[in-house]
Amino acid sequence: MARVTVLSYTNLISAICAPKDSPLSSETVAATPIRKTALNAVHRQMGAKMVDFNGWDMPVEYPPVGGLMKEHLAVRNGVGVFDVSHMGDIRIAGPQALAAVQHITMNDAAGMAIGQCRYSAMLYPQGTFVDDVIVHRMGEDDYMLVINAGTREKDVNWVTQNTRQFDCKAENLSDNYTQIAIQGPKGVNTLQKLTDADLSQVKFYWFTHGTVCGLPNILIARTGYTAEDGFEIYVPTDEPTSARVWYAVMDAGKEFGIVPCGLGARNTLRLEGRLPLYGHEISDTINVWEAGLERFLKMEKGDFTGRAALERAKADGIKRTLVGLESVDRGIPRDGYKVLDLNGKEIGYVTSGSYAPFLKKNIALAYVPLEHSAIGSEVAVEIRNQPVKCKVIPTPFYKRPKKQA
Amino acid sequence: MAYPVDYRYTKEHEWLKVEGNTGTIGITDHAQESLGDIVFVELPKVGSELTAGKTLGTVESVKAVSDIFAPVSGTVTEVNEALNTSPEQVNKDAHGAWMVKLKLKDPSEASRLLSAADYEKYVAAEGGH
Repeated sequence: MARVTVLSYTNLISAICAPKDSPLSSETVAATPIRKTALNAVHRQMGAKMVDFNGWDMPVEYPPVGGLMKEHLAVRNGVGVFDVSHMGDIRIAGPQALAAVQHITMNDAAGMAIGQCRYSAMLYPQGTFVDDVIVHRMGEDDYMLVINAGTREKDVNWVTQNTRQFDCKAENLSDNYTQIAIQGPKGVNTLQKLTDADLSQVKFYWFTHGTVCGLPNILIARTGYTAEDGFEIYVPTDEPTSARVWYAVMDAGKEFGIVPCGLGARNTLRLEGRLPLYGHEISDTINVWEAGLERFLKMEKGDFTGRAALERAKADGIKRTLVGLESVDRGIPRDGYKVLDLNGKEIGYVTSGSYAPFLKKNIALAYVPLEHSAIGSEVAVEIRNQPVKCKVIPTPFYKRPKKQA
Repeated sequence: MAYPVDYRYTKEHEWLKVEGNTGTIGITDHAQESLGDIVFVELPKVGSELTAGKTLGTVESVKAVSDIFAPVSGTVTEVNEALNTSPEQVNKDAHGAWMVKLKLKDPSEASRLLSAADYEKYVAAEGGH
Protein backbone atom coordinates (compact mmCIF):
# COMPACT_ATOMS: atom_id res chain seq x y z
CA MET A 1 0.00 0.00 0.00
CA ALA A 2 3.01 2.09 -0.31
CA ARG A 3 3.64 5.61 0.64
CA VAL A 4 1.17 6.25 3.38
CA THR A 5 0.37 9.77 2.36
CA VAL A 6 -0.84 11.37 5.51
CA LEU A 7 -2.95 14.11 4.19
CA SER A 8 -5.74 16.35 4.64
CA TYR A 9 -5.94 17.35 8.10
CA THR A 10 -3.60 20.11 8.74
CA ASN A 11 -1.21 22.53 7.25
CA LEU A 12 1.57 20.09 7.73
CA ILE A 13 0.15 17.96 5.47
CA SER A 14 -0.97 20.25 2.77
CA ALA A 15 2.69 21.15 2.61
CA ILE A 16 3.49 17.54 1.82
CA CYS A 17 0.64 16.54 -0.35
CA ALA A 18 -1.31 19.41 -1.78
CA PRO A 19 -0.35 19.83 -5.41
CA LYS A 20 2.12 22.65 -6.04
CA ASP A 21 -0.54 24.93 -7.50
CA SER A 22 -3.03 23.97 -4.83
CA PRO A 23 -5.20 26.77 -3.53
CA LEU A 24 -4.17 25.64 -0.06
CA SER A 25 -0.52 26.41 -0.36
CA SER A 26 -0.42 30.14 -0.95
CA GLU A 27 1.90 30.69 1.97
CA THR A 28 4.90 28.52 2.55
CA VAL A 29 6.67 27.99 5.80
CA ALA A 30 10.42 28.41 5.82
CA ALA A 31 12.44 25.42 6.93
CA THR A 32 13.62 25.90 10.52
CA PRO A 33 14.74 23.38 13.14
CA ILE A 34 11.83 21.42 14.56
CA ARG A 35 10.37 22.81 17.78
CA LYS A 36 9.14 20.84 20.75
CA THR A 37 6.67 21.67 23.47
CA ALA A 38 7.47 20.98 27.10
CA LEU A 39 5.27 17.88 26.87
CA ASN A 40 7.19 16.27 24.01
CA ALA A 41 8.69 13.51 26.17
CA VAL A 42 5.28 12.84 27.71
CA HIS A 43 3.71 12.30 24.27
CA ARG A 44 6.44 9.89 23.29
CA GLN A 45 6.10 8.05 26.56
CA MET A 46 2.36 7.67 25.91
CA GLY A 47 3.11 6.14 22.52
CA ALA A 48 1.97 9.04 20.34
CA LYS A 49 2.60 9.06 16.62
CA MET A 50 4.46 12.31 16.09
CA VAL A 51 4.38 14.53 13.00
CA ASP A 52 5.89 17.80 11.89
CA PHE A 53 3.09 20.33 12.21
CA ASN A 54 4.15 23.74 10.96
CA GLY A 55 7.64 23.14 12.29
CA TRP A 56 6.45 21.61 15.58
CA ASP A 57 6.98 18.00 16.57
CA MET A 58 3.43 17.22 17.68
CA PRO A 59 1.32 14.14 18.46
CA VAL A 60 -1.12 13.28 15.70
CA GLU A 61 -2.76 10.42 17.59
CA TYR A 62 -2.11 8.02 20.46
CA PRO A 63 -2.50 4.46 19.14
CA PRO A 64 -2.09 2.86 22.61
CA VAL A 65 -5.33 4.52 23.80
CA GLY A 66 -7.16 3.55 20.64
CA GLY A 67 -6.20 6.23 18.14
CA LEU A 68 -7.91 9.12 16.40
CA MET A 69 -11.45 7.76 16.26
CA LYS A 70 -11.52 6.88 19.94
CA GLU A 71 -10.00 10.24 20.85
CA HIS A 72 -12.62 12.09 18.82
CA LEU A 73 -15.49 10.20 20.46
CA ALA A 74 -14.02 10.67 23.94
CA VAL A 75 -14.26 14.44 23.46
CA ARG A 76 -17.84 14.25 22.18
CA ASN A 77 -19.00 11.88 24.92
CA GLY A 78 -16.67 12.46 27.87
CA VAL A 79 -13.36 14.28 27.96
CA GLY A 80 -10.05 14.45 26.14
CA VAL A 81 -6.84 16.35 26.80
CA PHE A 82 -4.69 18.09 24.18
CA ASP A 83 -1.28 19.74 24.23
CA VAL A 84 -1.81 23.00 22.39
CA SER A 85 1.35 24.71 23.57
CA HIS A 86 2.32 25.40 19.98
CA MET A 87 -0.36 28.08 19.92
CA GLY A 88 0.99 31.57 20.41
CA ASP A 89 0.02 34.41 22.72
CA ILE A 90 0.53 38.14 22.27
CA ARG A 91 -0.16 40.60 25.04
CA ILE A 92 -1.14 44.16 24.19
CA ALA A 93 -1.07 46.44 27.22
CA GLY A 94 -0.97 50.17 27.88
CA PRO A 95 -3.24 53.24 27.90
CA GLN A 96 -4.21 52.77 24.24
CA ALA A 97 -4.38 48.99 24.23
CA LEU A 98 -8.07 48.94 23.36
CA ALA A 99 -7.59 51.33 20.45
CA ALA A 100 -4.74 49.14 19.19
CA VAL A 101 -6.80 45.95 19.44
CA GLN A 102 -9.73 47.65 17.70
CA HIS A 103 -7.40 48.77 14.91
CA ILE A 104 -5.93 45.35 14.16
CA THR A 105 -8.95 43.07 14.70
CA MET A 106 -12.37 42.86 13.08
CA ASN A 107 -14.64 42.07 16.03
CA ASP A 108 -15.58 44.76 18.54
CA ALA A 109 -13.45 44.57 21.68
CA ALA A 110 -15.02 47.70 23.19
CA GLY A 111 -17.80 46.05 25.16
CA MET A 112 -15.68 43.28 26.60
CA ALA A 113 -15.58 42.82 30.36
CA ILE A 114 -12.39 41.87 32.14
CA GLY A 115 -12.48 38.08 32.10
CA GLN A 116 -14.15 37.83 28.73
CA CYS A 117 -12.91 36.21 25.49
CA ARG A 118 -14.04 37.03 21.98
CA TYR A 119 -13.38 35.27 18.69
CA SER A 120 -11.96 37.68 16.12
CA ALA A 121 -9.44 37.96 13.31
CA MET A 122 -6.62 40.18 12.15
CA LEU A 123 -6.99 41.29 8.55
CA TYR A 124 -4.77 42.57 5.80
CA PRO A 125 -5.78 45.87 4.19
CA GLN A 126 -7.33 43.71 1.42
CA GLY A 127 -9.85 42.27 3.90
CA THR A 128 -8.19 38.84 3.85
CA PHE A 129 -6.82 37.01 6.89
CA VAL A 130 -3.56 37.49 8.74
CA ASP A 131 -4.92 34.99 11.28
CA ASP A 132 -7.94 34.27 13.41
CA VAL A 133 -7.49 34.99 17.10
CA ILE A 134 -9.21 34.80 20.46
CA VAL A 135 -9.04 38.13 22.25
CA HIS A 136 -8.91 37.90 26.05
CA ARG A 137 -9.45 41.05 28.11
CA MET A 138 -7.01 40.53 30.97
CA GLY A 139 -7.30 43.90 32.71
CA GLU A 140 -8.36 47.53 32.32
CA ASP A 141 -5.90 48.24 29.48
CA ASP A 142 -4.60 44.74 29.00
CA TYR A 143 -5.48 42.25 26.24
CA MET A 144 -4.11 38.91 25.15
CA LEU A 145 -4.51 37.50 21.64
CA VAL A 146 -4.21 33.74 21.25
CA ILE A 147 -2.88 32.97 17.78
CA ASN A 148 -2.10 29.96 15.60
CA ALA A 149 1.15 28.00 15.62
CA GLY A 150 1.79 28.19 11.91
CA THR A 151 1.46 31.95 11.84
CA ARG A 152 3.24 32.81 15.09
CA GLU A 153 6.20 34.80 13.77
CA LYS A 154 4.13 36.50 11.09
CA ASP A 155 1.48 37.47 13.65
CA VAL A 156 3.97 38.79 16.16
CA ASN A 157 5.58 40.97 13.49
CA TRP A 158 2.21 42.10 12.25
CA VAL A 159 0.97 43.09 15.70
CA THR A 160 4.21 44.82 16.58
CA GLN A 161 4.24 46.88 13.40
CA ASN A 162 0.56 47.74 13.40
CA THR A 163 0.25 48.78 17.03
CA ARG A 164 3.29 51.04 16.94
CA GLN A 165 1.26 54.24 16.57
CA PHE A 166 -0.59 53.52 19.82
CA ASP A 167 0.53 54.11 23.36
CA CYS A 168 0.82 50.44 24.29
CA LYS A 169 3.26 47.59 24.28
CA ALA A 170 2.96 44.38 22.30
CA GLU A 171 4.72 41.46 23.92
CA ASN A 172 5.18 37.93 22.61
CA LEU A 173 4.27 35.54 25.44
CA SER A 174 4.17 32.44 23.25
CA ASP A 175 7.03 30.69 24.99
CA ASN A 176 5.75 31.45 28.48
CA TYR A 177 3.00 28.86 28.60
CA THR A 178 2.30 25.22 28.30
CA GLN A 179 -1.25 25.36 27.02
CA ILE A 180 -3.39 22.33 27.83
CA ALA A 181 -6.92 21.93 26.46
CA ILE A 182 -9.37 19.82 28.48
CA GLN A 183 -12.30 19.31 26.15
CA GLY A 184 -15.65 17.58 26.27
CA PRO A 185 -18.82 17.55 28.39
CA LYS A 186 -16.85 16.09 31.31
CA GLY A 187 -14.04 18.62 30.98
CA VAL A 188 -15.57 20.79 33.67
CA ASN A 189 -15.82 17.87 36.12
CA THR A 190 -12.25 16.84 35.37
CA LEU A 191 -10.68 20.26 35.86
CA GLN A 192 -12.82 21.13 38.88
CA LYS A 193 -11.04 18.40 40.83
CA LEU A 194 -7.72 20.19 40.31
CA THR A 195 -8.62 23.80 41.02
CA ASP A 196 -10.08 26.03 43.72
CA ALA A 197 -11.74 28.24 41.09
CA ASP A 198 -15.49 27.69 40.87
CA LEU A 199 -15.76 26.64 37.24
CA SER A 200 -19.56 26.68 37.29
CA GLN A 201 -19.22 30.47 37.46
CA VAL A 202 -17.08 30.63 34.30
CA LYS A 203 -19.31 30.92 31.24
CA PHE A 204 -18.32 29.74 27.77
CA TYR A 205 -15.83 32.21 26.28
CA TRP A 206 -14.95 33.69 29.67
CA PHE A 207 -11.92 33.02 31.84
CA THR A 208 -10.77 33.21 35.43
CA HIS A 209 -7.56 32.75 37.41
CA GLY A 210 -7.12 30.10 40.06
CA THR A 211 -4.81 27.61 41.68
CA VAL A 212 -4.40 24.51 39.50
CA CYS A 213 -2.48 21.52 40.85
CA GLY A 214 -1.08 23.80 43.53
CA LEU A 215 0.16 26.35 40.99
CA PRO A 216 -1.15 29.82 41.86
CA ASN A 217 -2.83 32.28 39.54
CA ILE A 218 -3.27 30.02 36.52
CA LEU A 219 -5.28 31.36 33.58
CA ILE A 220 -8.30 29.09 33.05
CA ALA A 221 -10.31 29.92 29.93
CA ARG A 222 -13.53 28.20 28.87
CA THR A 223 -12.49 28.06 25.24
CA GLY A 224 -11.47 25.41 22.74
CA TYR A 225 -11.37 24.18 19.19
CA THR A 226 -13.55 21.10 19.34
CA ALA A 227 -17.13 22.45 19.11
CA GLU A 228 -17.56 21.07 22.63
CA ASP A 229 -17.57 22.58 26.10
CA GLY A 230 -14.10 22.68 27.60
CA PHE A 231 -11.23 24.62 29.07
CA GLU A 232 -7.76 25.76 28.12
CA ILE A 233 -5.28 26.28 30.92
CA TYR A 234 -1.99 28.15 30.71
CA VAL A 235 0.67 26.71 33.01
CA PRO A 236 4.38 27.44 33.41
CA THR A 237 6.38 26.07 30.56
CA ASP A 238 9.07 24.10 32.43
CA GLU A 239 9.00 20.39 31.67
CA PRO A 240 8.46 18.90 35.15
CA THR A 241 5.56 21.24 35.92
CA SER A 242 3.99 20.72 32.51
CA ALA A 243 4.24 16.95 32.84
CA ARG A 244 2.89 17.01 36.39
CA VAL A 245 -0.19 18.97 35.33
CA TRP A 246 -0.73 16.73 32.29
CA TYR A 247 -0.69 13.56 34.38
CA ALA A 248 -2.87 15.17 37.06
CA VAL A 249 -5.46 15.95 34.38
CA MET A 250 -5.24 12.37 33.09
CA ASP A 251 -5.80 11.08 36.64
CA ALA A 252 -8.66 13.44 37.37
CA GLY A 253 -10.38 12.45 34.14
CA LYS A 254 -9.92 8.71 34.58
CA GLU A 255 -13.44 8.16 35.92
CA PHE A 256 -14.82 9.91 32.80
CA GLY A 257 -12.73 7.85 30.39
CA ILE A 258 -10.26 10.61 29.57
CA VAL A 259 -7.80 9.99 26.72
CA PRO A 260 -4.94 12.09 25.38
CA CYS A 261 -5.86 13.51 21.97
CA GLY A 262 -3.66 14.47 19.05
CA LEU A 263 -3.89 16.88 16.16
CA GLY A 264 -5.81 14.32 14.12
CA ALA A 265 -8.80 14.37 16.45
CA ARG A 266 -8.40 18.10 16.92
CA ASN A 267 -8.87 18.49 13.19
CA THR A 268 -11.89 16.21 12.79
CA LEU A 269 -13.55 17.75 15.87
CA ARG A 270 -13.14 21.28 14.58
CA LEU A 271 -14.25 20.24 11.09
CA GLU A 272 -17.52 18.78 12.41
CA GLY A 273 -18.07 22.09 14.16
CA ARG A 274 -17.11 24.14 11.05
CA LEU A 275 -14.37 25.96 12.96
CA PRO A 276 -11.96 27.47 10.44
CA LEU A 277 -8.32 26.44 10.14
CA TYR A 278 -5.79 28.96 8.90
CA GLY A 279 -4.41 28.02 5.49
CA HIS A 280 -7.62 26.15 4.72
CA GLU A 281 -10.94 27.95 5.30
CA ILE A 282 -9.19 31.27 5.90
CA SER A 283 -6.00 32.63 4.40
CA ASP A 284 -4.37 35.68 2.88
CA THR A 285 -6.42 35.17 -0.30
CA ILE A 286 -9.86 34.66 1.29
CA ASN A 287 -11.94 37.53 2.65
CA VAL A 288 -14.31 37.61 5.61
CA TRP A 289 -17.51 37.57 3.55
CA GLU A 290 -16.38 34.53 1.58
CA ALA A 291 -15.43 32.68 4.76
CA GLY A 292 -18.88 33.35 6.22
CA LEU A 293 -17.44 34.86 9.39
CA GLU A 294 -19.39 38.14 9.25
CA ARG A 295 -20.94 37.28 12.62
CA PHE A 296 -17.55 38.26 14.07
CA LEU A 297 -17.10 41.30 11.83
CA LYS A 298 -18.25 44.62 13.29
CA MET A 299 -18.22 47.13 10.42
CA GLU A 300 -20.01 49.71 12.60
CA LYS A 301 -17.36 49.79 15.35
CA GLY A 302 -15.25 52.35 13.47
CA ASP A 303 -12.26 52.06 11.19
CA PHE A 304 -9.92 49.06 11.34
CA THR A 305 -7.46 47.39 9.01
CA GLY A 306 -9.31 45.66 6.20
CA ARG A 307 -12.61 47.48 6.66
CA ALA A 308 -12.50 49.64 3.52
CA ALA A 309 -11.65 46.68 1.31
CA LEU A 310 -14.45 44.64 2.82
CA GLU A 311 -16.91 47.45 2.14
CA ARG A 312 -15.81 47.50 -1.50
CA ALA A 313 -15.87 43.72 -1.76
CA LYS A 314 -19.45 43.68 -0.53
CA ALA A 315 -20.50 46.41 -2.97
CA ASP A 316 -18.84 44.52 -5.82
CA GLY A 317 -20.73 41.38 -4.83
CA ILE A 318 -19.44 38.19 -3.25
CA LYS A 319 -18.60 35.55 -5.82
CA ARG A 320 -17.77 32.46 -3.81
CA THR A 321 -18.69 31.20 -0.40
CA LEU A 322 -17.77 28.44 2.02
CA VAL A 323 -20.29 25.59 2.10
CA GLY A 324 -20.62 22.26 3.85
CA LEU A 325 -20.69 19.15 1.67
CA GLU A 326 -21.67 15.57 2.34
CA SER A 327 -20.73 12.74 -0.01
CA VAL A 328 -23.76 11.17 -1.66
CA ASP A 329 -21.76 8.57 -3.59
CA ARG A 330 -18.87 6.61 -2.04
CA GLY A 331 -15.71 8.62 -1.49
CA ILE A 332 -14.05 10.94 0.97
CA PRO A 333 -13.52 14.52 -0.20
CA ARG A 334 -10.10 15.70 0.98
CA ASP A 335 -8.29 19.01 1.32
CA GLY A 336 -7.39 20.49 -2.04
CA TYR A 337 -9.67 18.29 -4.16
CA LYS A 338 -11.51 20.03 -6.99
CA VAL A 339 -15.23 20.76 -6.82
CA LEU A 340 -17.04 20.26 -10.14
CA ASP A 341 -20.53 21.09 -11.32
CA LEU A 342 -22.64 18.20 -12.58
CA ASN A 343 -21.30 18.77 -16.10
CA GLY A 344 -17.77 18.20 -14.88
CA LYS A 345 -16.67 21.85 -14.99
CA GLU A 346 -14.33 22.92 -12.19
CA ILE A 347 -16.09 25.43 -9.94
CA GLY A 348 -14.21 25.41 -6.63
CA TYR A 349 -12.13 23.41 -4.18
CA VAL A 350 -12.30 21.57 -0.89
CA THR A 351 -10.60 23.36 2.02
CA SER A 352 -10.98 20.51 4.54
CA GLY A 353 -12.58 17.12 4.17
CA SER A 354 -12.63 13.87 6.09
CA TYR A 355 -14.62 11.00 7.38
CA ALA A 356 -16.43 12.49 10.38
CA PRO A 357 -16.02 10.09 13.32
CA PHE A 358 -19.02 11.27 15.35
CA LEU A 359 -21.41 11.91 12.45
CA LYS A 360 -20.19 8.79 10.65
CA LYS A 361 -20.30 10.29 7.18
CA ASN A 362 -17.92 11.90 4.73
CA ILE A 363 -17.99 15.67 4.99
CA ALA A 364 -16.09 18.64 3.63
CA LEU A 365 -15.91 22.39 3.61
CA ALA A 366 -15.47 23.90 0.17
CA TYR A 367 -15.45 27.17 -1.70
CA VAL A 368 -18.04 27.26 -4.47
CA PRO A 369 -19.69 30.03 -6.53
CA LEU A 370 -22.79 31.50 -4.88
CA GLU A 371 -25.12 29.90 -7.44
CA HIS A 372 -24.06 26.45 -6.19
CA SER A 373 -24.25 27.25 -2.50
CA ALA A 374 -27.92 26.70 -1.66
CA ILE A 375 -28.64 23.89 0.80
CA GLY A 376 -29.48 20.79 -1.23
CA SER A 377 -27.46 21.83 -4.32
CA GLU A 378 -25.68 18.95 -5.97
CA VAL A 379 -22.05 19.20 -6.99
CA ALA A 380 -19.25 16.70 -7.43
CA VAL A 381 -15.83 16.40 -5.87
CA GLU A 382 -13.10 14.96 -8.05
CA ILE A 383 -11.57 12.02 -6.23
CA ARG A 384 -8.78 10.19 -8.07
CA ASN A 385 -10.01 11.58 -11.41
CA GLN A 386 -13.60 10.46 -10.79
CA PRO A 387 -16.48 12.82 -9.96
CA VAL A 388 -18.11 11.79 -6.69
CA LYS A 389 -21.52 13.32 -6.11
CA CYS A 390 -21.92 15.51 -3.02
CA LYS A 391 -24.69 17.74 -1.75
CA VAL A 392 -24.59 21.04 0.07
CA ILE A 393 -25.78 20.59 3.65
CA PRO A 394 -26.19 23.02 6.57
CA THR A 395 -23.24 23.82 8.83
CA PRO A 396 -22.03 23.43 11.47
CA PHE A 397 -22.25 19.72 10.71
CA TYR A 398 -22.25 19.11 14.46
CA LYS A 399 -23.72 21.29 17.17
CA ARG A 400 -23.29 20.29 20.79
CA PRO A 401 -26.48 19.58 22.68
CA LYS A 402 -27.79 22.40 24.85
CA LYS A 403 -26.77 22.01 28.45
CA GLN A 404 -29.40 20.72 30.86
CA ALA A 405 -30.48 23.51 33.21
CA MET B 1 2.31 -9.37 15.18
CA ALA B 2 3.24 -12.54 13.38
CA TYR B 3 3.46 -12.42 9.60
CA PRO B 4 2.13 -15.69 8.13
CA VAL B 5 5.04 -17.65 6.69
CA ASP B 6 2.98 -18.95 3.76
CA TYR B 7 2.38 -15.38 2.49
CA ARG B 8 4.75 -13.26 0.37
CA TYR B 9 5.18 -9.53 0.97
CA THR B 10 6.02 -6.31 -0.85
CA LYS B 11 8.04 -3.33 0.31
CA GLU B 12 4.83 -1.35 -0.25
CA HIS B 13 3.23 -3.42 2.53
CA GLU B 14 0.88 -5.70 0.61
CA TRP B 15 0.71 -9.43 1.20
CA LEU B 16 0.05 -12.17 -1.35
CA LYS B 17 -1.07 -15.71 -0.70
CA VAL B 18 -0.66 -18.14 -3.58
CA GLU B 19 -2.76 -21.30 -3.95
CA GLY B 20 -2.20 -22.94 -7.31
CA ASN B 21 -3.09 -20.33 -9.93
CA THR B 22 -4.99 -18.15 -7.50
CA GLY B 23 -3.51 -15.25 -5.62
CA THR B 24 -5.11 -13.42 -2.69
CA ILE B 25 -4.02 -9.87 -1.85
CA GLY B 26 -4.33 -7.74 1.27
CA ILE B 27 -2.33 -5.15 3.20
CA THR B 28 -0.06 -6.01 6.09
CA ASP B 29 -0.58 -5.49 9.77
CA HIS B 30 2.21 -2.91 9.69
CA ALA B 31 0.27 -1.07 6.98
CA GLN B 32 -2.99 -0.95 8.92
CA GLU B 33 -1.14 0.19 12.00
CA SER B 34 0.56 3.05 10.14
CA LEU B 35 -2.71 4.13 8.61
CA GLY B 36 -4.82 4.08 11.77
CA ASP B 37 -8.61 3.76 11.71
CA ILE B 38 -9.49 2.60 8.21
CA VAL B 39 -12.76 4.09 6.96
CA PHE B 40 -12.74 3.48 3.22
CA VAL B 41 -11.52 0.81 0.84
CA GLU B 42 -11.84 1.10 -2.94
CA LEU B 43 -11.27 -2.08 -4.92
CA PRO B 44 -11.16 -2.94 -8.65
CA LYS B 45 -13.98 -4.61 -10.56
CA VAL B 46 -14.06 -8.35 -11.12
CA GLY B 47 -12.51 -9.01 -14.51
CA SER B 48 -10.03 -6.13 -14.40
CA GLU B 49 -6.41 -6.83 -15.29
CA LEU B 50 -3.80 -6.07 -12.64
CA THR B 51 -0.19 -5.35 -13.48
CA ALA B 52 2.51 -5.99 -10.90
CA GLY B 53 3.55 -2.70 -9.29
CA LYS B 54 0.50 -0.78 -10.55
CA THR B 55 -2.31 0.60 -8.38
CA LEU B 56 -5.19 -1.75 -7.78
CA GLY B 57 -7.18 0.34 -5.33
CA THR B 58 -7.11 2.72 -2.42
CA VAL B 59 -7.34 2.48 1.32
CA GLU B 60 -8.13 5.51 3.47
CA SER B 61 -8.00 6.08 7.19
CA VAL B 62 -9.43 9.17 8.84
CA LYS B 63 -6.13 10.94 8.34
CA ALA B 64 -4.44 9.28 5.39
CA VAL B 65 -4.96 8.10 1.83
CA SER B 66 -2.85 5.34 0.38
CA ASP B 67 -2.70 3.42 -2.88
CA ILE B 68 -2.73 -0.36 -2.88
CA PHE B 69 -0.31 -1.85 -5.40
CA ALA B 70 -0.64 -5.19 -7.13
CA PRO B 71 2.20 -7.46 -5.95
CA VAL B 72 1.82 -9.56 -9.09
CA SER B 73 -0.08 -9.48 -12.41
CA GLY B 74 -3.35 -11.24 -13.11
CA THR B 75 -7.10 -11.03 -13.61
CA VAL B 76 -9.40 -10.15 -10.71
CA THR B 77 -11.79 -13.02 -10.01
CA GLU B 78 -13.30 -11.83 -6.72
CA VAL B 79 -13.26 -8.76 -4.48
CA ASN B 80 -14.06 -8.63 -0.78
CA GLU B 81 -17.30 -6.61 -0.92
CA ALA B 82 -17.63 -6.79 2.86
CA LEU B 83 -14.89 -4.17 3.14
CA ASN B 84 -17.20 -1.59 1.48
CA THR B 85 -19.35 -1.57 4.57
CA SER B 86 -16.86 -2.80 7.19
CA PRO B 87 -13.47 -1.35 6.26
CA GLU B 88 -12.44 -1.59 9.93
CA GLN B 89 -12.02 -5.34 9.36
CA VAL B 90 -8.62 -4.46 7.95
CA ASN B 91 -7.59 -2.96 11.30
CA LYS B 92 -8.95 -5.93 13.21
CA ASP B 93 -7.37 -8.64 11.09
CA ALA B 94 -5.15 -7.34 8.32
CA HIS B 95 -3.85 -10.74 7.32
CA GLY B 96 -7.35 -12.21 7.18
CA ALA B 97 -9.21 -9.27 5.62
CA TRP B 98 -8.30 -10.00 2.02
CA MET B 99 -9.05 -7.45 -0.68
CA VAL B 100 -8.92 -9.18 -4.06
CA LYS B 101 -8.43 -12.66 -5.45
CA LEU B 102 -6.87 -12.99 -8.87
CA LYS B 103 -5.98 -15.57 -11.47
CA LEU B 104 -2.21 -15.27 -11.66
CA LYS B 105 -0.69 -14.45 -15.00
CA ASP B 106 2.62 -16.00 -14.03
CA PRO B 107 2.76 -17.83 -10.67
CA SER B 108 6.55 -17.60 -10.64
CA GLU B 109 6.26 -13.79 -10.19
CA ALA B 110 5.50 -14.40 -6.52
CA SER B 111 8.99 -15.72 -5.88
CA ARG B 112 10.35 -12.19 -6.39
CA LEU B 113 8.45 -11.01 -3.31
CA LEU B 114 9.73 -10.96 0.25
CA SER B 115 9.39 -13.85 2.65
CA ALA B 116 7.78 -13.21 6.05
CA ALA B 117 11.20 -13.11 7.73
CA ASP B 118 12.62 -10.68 5.17
CA TYR B 119 9.55 -8.47 5.33
CA GLU B 120 9.76 -8.32 9.10
CA LYS B 121 13.40 -7.29 8.85
CA TYR B 122 12.49 -4.70 6.25
CA VAL B 123 9.80 -3.17 8.46
CA ALA B 124 12.13 -3.11 11.45
CA ALA B 125 14.81 -1.37 9.38
CA GLU B 126 12.25 1.14 8.11
CA GLY B 127 11.70 2.18 11.70
CA GLY B 128 8.42 0.37 11.97
CA HIS B 129 7.09 -1.68 14.82
